[in-house]
Amino acid sequence: MMMRLILWLAGGILLGGVIHLVTVLLLPRTATQDAYSRLAPITPVNSVVPIPAPTAEKSIMPFMDPAFATAVCRYDLTRGPLKLAAPVSPAYTSVSFYTRNGVAYYAINDRAAGRRVIELDLMTTAQRAQLPEDEDVTAADRLIVESPTGVGLIVIRALAPEPGSMGAARATLAQAKCQPQQ
Amino acid sequence: MRFLLGLLLCLVVAAFVGLGTTLVALTSGVAFGAFTIGSWTAWLKNGTADIDPYARAMIARNGELPTGLGDGIAFFARSDDNGKPLDGRCDVVVSGSTPQARFWTITLYDSQGQLIGNPINRQNFTSQEIIRKLNGDFEIQVAPRARAGNWLPTGGVARYVLLLRLYDTPIGVTTRAGREVSMPAITTSSCP
Repeated sequence: MMMRLILWLAGGILLGGVIHLVTVLLLPRTATQDAYSRLAPITPVNSVVPIPAPTAEKSIMPFMDPAFATAVCRYDLTRGPLKLAAPVSPAYTSVSFYTRNGVAYYAINDRAAGRRVIELDLMTTAQRAQLPEDEDVTAADRLIVESPTGVGLIVIRALAPEPGSMGAARATLAQAKCQPQQ
Repeated sequence: MRFLLGLLLCLVVAAFVGLGTTLVALTSGVAFGAFTIGSWTAWLKNGTADIDPYARAMIARNGELPTGLGDGIAFFARSDDNGKPLDGRCDVVVSGSTPQARFWTITLYDSQGQLIGNPINRQNFTSQEIIRKLNGDFEIQVAPRARAGNWLPTGGVARYVLLLRLYDTPIGVTTRAGREVSMPAITTSSCP
C-alpha cells in the first residue's frame, strides 16, 4: 500500500516536470501581452512609425530607455523582402531586429554600419536562397539580414544625449523607411 | 477504484509541481548565463538568438524587448553592494566609473519596469549630461528628497531597479567577469 502510494507520487512529480518544461516552451506562443501584441495596434505593417517616449504615466513596454527616440517597423515578409534605410543621428543610432516573440536576433549600430545611412535588406532564409547567383556576388556591399520568422519588429533608436537634442533625434528617425523591394 | 484514486493523486501532484515551478521560475526571474560585476547583472545571451527558454518566456510575459547585443548591454541592479534591496526611502549613492562605452545611460524604474514620476521629471542620466569629478568619476545621489549634484529621485517607492546600459561597448560574450571591468559601487548611506 505504502509502496504504491510512493510510486504514484513519484509518477506525479515526473509528470509535473514534463508539464513544467512544456509550459515554459509554449508560453511565448500564447502570450497576449508581449511586445509585438502591444505594438500591433499602433504600428501599420511595413512602415516606420514613431513610438511615444516612455513617461511615468504610460510606457508601451517595460524598461524602455527614456534617453532615446524610438521608431518601429512591424514587418511582414510573406509578400517579399524588405529594404530598410535609416539615416544616423549625430550622437548614436541603432537598428535592432526582433522575431514575432521578441527574440533579438540581430542588432547593428551606426559605427558598425560605417555610413551616414544604415541600409539593410531583410528577408527570410527561403527568400535568400532564391536570390540569383550574380546578385549574391554584389551582396558584398549589401547588408542582408535573415529573419527567422515571417513577421517581426525592427526597432530604430536614436540617442538624445541631452534632453535638448530629443527633437533632432526624432527628426532623424522620421526619415527612416522600410518598404518592400521593387 | 484504488487505481483511479492513485491516478487522481498522480495528476494533482503533477499539476501542482508543473504549474507551480513554472510560475516560480517566471516570477522570481530564473535566467541562465548571468554576467555579474559587483551589484550589477547582465544577461548577454538575452540580446541574441541564443536566449534561453526561461528568459524567452519571461520576455513574452512582461512585454519587454531586450537590448540587442549589437546595440548595447543592459546591467540590472536590484540591491546595493551589501546585498540590501534598493529602497526608495533611503539615500543611496552610485559612484565610480563605467566600463568603456561610446555612451551610457543610467535609469531608475519601479520593479515592473515603469518610470517613476517626480517634480523635476528626472528618471535618468546619460554619460553626456552627468556632472563628473576631475578624475572623470561620477557620483549619483539616488534619494527621495532633493540633493546637490546628480540627483536621481526615487519618488519614495519601496523597491526600485537601476539599469545601466552601455551602448557601443567592447564588452561582450567573450569578456570574463573580473578585475578588468569596473562598475559603479552602490552604497546605502542612510535610511529613515
